[in-house]
Amino acid sequence: MRLGIAICVAGAGLALAGAAWAIDTTQMPTPELQARYEGLTHELRCVQCQDNDIADSPAGIAEDLRRQVREMLLAGKSDDDVRNFMLARYGDFVLYSPRFAPKTAWLWIAPEVLLLVGALVAWRVVRKRSRLVSADTEPLPEDGSP
Amino acid sequence: MINRFLIPVVVFALLVVVLAIGIKHSPEKGIIPSPLIGKPAPQFSLPSLGDPARTVSSATLRGRWYLLNVWGSWCGTCREEHRMLLEVRRSGRVPLIGLDWKDDDSQALGYLQQLGDPYEFVAADRDGRTAIDWGVYAAPESFLVNPAGIVVYKCMGELTPDIWEKEILPRLPQAQAARS
Repeated sequence: MRLGIAICVAGAGLALAGAAWAIDTTQMPTPELQARYEGLTHELRCVQCQDNDIADSPAGIAEDLRRQVREMLLAGKSDDDVRNFMLARYGDFVLYSPRFAPKTAWLWIAPEVLLLVGALVAWRVVRKRSRLVSADTEPLPEDGSP
Repeated sequence: MINRFLIPVVVFALLVVVLAIGIKHSPEKGIIPSPLIGKPAPQFSLPSLGDPARTVSSATLRGRWYLLNVWGSWCGTCREEHRMLLEVRRSGRVPLIGLDWKDDDSQALGYLQQLGDPYEFVAADRDGRTAIDWGVYAAPESFLVNPAGIVVYKCMGELTPDIWEKEILPRLPQAQAARS
């Protein structure tokens, strides 16, 4: 029981700490801009700490890139303007969801191809086995034999 | 029946190839290839380090080779790289242009005073906007730009003697050797 309470307290503490660690506290003037800002900053990879998006990265460069996104949105640029701006400077790597281009095609196609191959193998195996069952006319051995 | 045996072997061989490529390229992991290679170098016009009233601009670099080196006095690897930069300066093969990234003027000047100044001039990028234009994400970075203003090579991280000899010198014209 006491352990349960301790775990609850620790959990609550962690949750609070998570909130206190929020890195980006930017407030855009309208909810619409705020939503687009949050969408873009979660879509752009922090180029320095590469397993983070720029919304969640404390790195200086992420802060600079967030400022860039903010300023471009406030200046009336579209989401694609922002994406293209980043792509021209940092390349495909900067988008967590890369564009479909000749260089990135395999990224997009490989899962479908693998799924197709898997389905084909499964289909063949199932068909082969179902044929086995219908061909199997031998009586089952009696219990306890031989 | 041969399929039973062959297919797993082929699949395994393919997997070996894919993983071998991955392992072979693992030292490059974390290095983002620059989309600027082969494209015009971004323009900049910034205050000169140590003399904020003076503006230094990329326009004055048109028509000659230069190596733009992104550094900061806060950057540890830049300090390690510095001896090589002084070596480059001494060689006279290509002028070094400094981009002092998100730094403090007095600290940057102190750094150059202590270690020596290899740069023809240093542009002070205090808010990091020019660095974004160049796709900079971690100092040091060096960009080799040709007389047409096209970025021909980017060195990510420390400029080592090895990179200087294998990547930068072969790209520079021989004739420049005479000039210094």
